[in-house]
Amino acid sequence: MKSASNLERVLTAGHFAVTGECGPPRGADPEKVLKKAALVKGNVDVCNVTDNQTSVVRMSSLAGCMLVKQSGIEPLLQMVVRDRNRIALQSDLLGAAALGVHNLLCLSGDHQKFGDDPKAKNVFDIDSIQLIHLVKTMRDEGIFPSGEKLDGVPRFYIGCAVNPFADPFEIRVPRLKLKVDAGADFVQTQCIYNMDKFKLYMEGARKQGLHERVKILAGVTPLKSAGMAKFMNRMVAGIDIPDEVIKRVADEPKEKQAAKGIEICIEQIQELKEMEGIAGVHVMAIEWEEKLNEIVGGAGLLPRPVVEQ
Amino acid sequence: MITGTPKPIEEILEMIEPYDNIIVAGCFGCVTVCRVGGDKEVQVLSSTLRLAREASGRKIEIKEICLERQCDPEYLEPMRPYVEDYQAVLSIACGAGIQFMAEKFMKTPLLPGINTGFLGVTERQGEWAERCQGCGDCVLHLTGGICPVTRCAKSIFHGPCGGSVNGTCEVAKDIKCGWQLIIDRLKSLDQMENYGKLKPYKGWDASRDGGPRRILREDMI
Ligand code: SF4
Ligand code: SF4
Repeated sequence: MKSASNLERVLTAGHFAVTGECGPPRGADPEKVLKKAALVKGNVDVCNVTDNQTSVVRMSSLAGCMLVKQSGIEPLLQMVVRDRNRIALQSDLLGAAALGVHNLLCLSGDHQKFGDDPKAKNVFDIDSIQLIHLVKTMRDEGIFPSGEKLDGVPRFYIGCAVNPFADPFEIRVPRLKLKVDAGADFVQTQCIYNMDKFKLYMEGARKQGLHERVKILAGVTPLKSAGMAKFMNRMVAGIDIPDEVIKRVADEPKEKQAAKGIEICIEQIQELKEMEGIAGVHVMAIEWEEKLNEIVGGAGLLPRPVVEQ
Repeated sequence: MITGTPKPIEEILEMIEPYDNIIVAGCFGCVTVCRVGGDKEVQVLSSTLRLAREASGRKIEIKEICLERQCDPEYLEPMRPYVEDYQAVLSIACGAGIQFMAEKFMKTPLLPGINTGFLGVTERQGEWAERCQGCGDCVLHLTGGICPVTRCAKSIFHGPCGGSVNGTCEVAKDIKCGWQLIIDRLKSLDQMENYGKLKPYKGWDASRDGGPRRILREDMI
C-alpha cells in the first residue's frame, strides 16, 4: 500500500468504493460537523471535507477532518491552491498527516470572486496538478520538492477532481492524463447528469488506459427539485444537466420531486457501477446528508466493506 | 504599453484641497497612447480643476506641462528650476513616472491623478486589455504565444480548470478563458505535444515576489 488510507484498501481489494462529503459550517460550532458526520457514518469509505468551497469562508478543512475522524469516519482533506503558497501547502500537509489524515484531494479552488471576499488576493503559487506532484514527491521520495529530506514522510492517498463537462471537451481526457502522470491515485468527478457525454469521456480515458492507472470515482448529486436543477444548470460553471433529466423531476408534483431526484440518483449509481473503468462513486448529497443512507443503500452498496490493514 | 484610468475628480479635488498652486504634469509615453495622461488630458483636467475650485470659492493656480517621459531622469531635470515654486505636483503619468519624479524632487508632494492599470494592448479604439504581468521568465514559446500567467484568472500552468465554459472564464462572461485560447493556438500551430508535458513550478522569484526588481546592463553603463 502506498498509504494508510481505507479508501486505498477498499479499492485495492476490488470493492466498488463509496465516498461522501461534509461541508464545514460558517462558524466555529463543532456540533454542526458532528451532526453531519453522524448521518454520513457507515455509508461511506471516506468522507471529503471541503476547503472553503465557492470561496465562502468556512471552518478549515483540517479542523473539519479532525471532527469527522472523532466521529469514527475516515476523513479526506480537500486542499485548494487558491489560498496557500507552496510553503503553507507543504506545512499543512505535514500537519494533516501527523494528525492521521490519509486521504487528500488536490484542487485549484473556485476563484475568490464567488465568495464574500471578492477583494481578497489569490495565491495560485503552484497549480493543482503541481500540488499532486508535490505530495507524491514528499510521499514516494521522502523529500520536499526543494530537495531537502523529510523527517517523517506523509503517506497520503492522492486524489484530484476532474470535470468532464467543462470546455473544451477534447482536452478533458488529456488533462486527466496530466493528473495521472503527476501522480494521482484516484479521481473524483464533477456531478454527472449527462450520462452520454460521460460515456464518451470514459471511452477516451479507457483508450489511453487511464482507468488502469487511476481509480475513477464517479460523482453524483441527488436533485432536490426541478428548481434546484435549473438553478445549477444556469449558475454553476461546468454543470451539465440535460433537459430530459430536469423534465423527469419537473413532471412530478412539488412534494414528490425530491423522491424522484433520489430515484434518479440511485439509477445513475447503478448504471455507473456497470461502466468499465468506474471504481466507485462520490455521492455529494450537499446539505442533504440525511438522504445518504437511502441513496447508498438503495444502490445496493451497504454495508460498506471492512478491509483489514 | 502601460495603461491606466483617470481617478475620480472628487478624489483628485480632495487630494489638492490643501494647495493654492500646483503643477499638473502629463507624459508623452504610454499614457498619451491610452489617452489618460497626455497633454490633452493635462489641459482638460486642469480646466476642470480650476473651474471646480473657482466654484468652491478658492481659486487654484495651475501650471500645465507634459514631459517627453516621466520615467527618464533627463526629462525630469528641466523641471528643477521651478518645481519648488509650486506646492505640489499632480502627475497623470503611470505609477513609475510619478514615483520617479517624487524621488527627484524631495521637497514637493507628488499626487497621483490616474490609477495605473496593466501592461496591455489596444484591442480597438477605446478598449484596452491586459497581456503581460512581467513575470520575468517568459513561457510564451510553450503556450502558443498566449500568456497563462496573465490570461488565466488563476495563472495555472495546466489548464483549463473546471470552470471553463464555451471559451469563457468562470470569473465573468466577458472574460475569455486563457487556456481555451492557448489550446486553440497550440492546435492551429500543431503543437499540442506541448500541452501534454508537466511544467515545473513557476519561479516567482523572477517576478515581484523576489522583491523590487532591477536590470543591470554592464555593456551600457
Ligand atoms: S509569461 Fe511572463 S513575461 Fe511572458 S507574457 Fe506572461 S507574464 Fe509576461
Ligand atoms: S476558466 Fe480558464 S481562464 Fe478562467 S481560471 Fe479557469 S482556466 Fe483560467
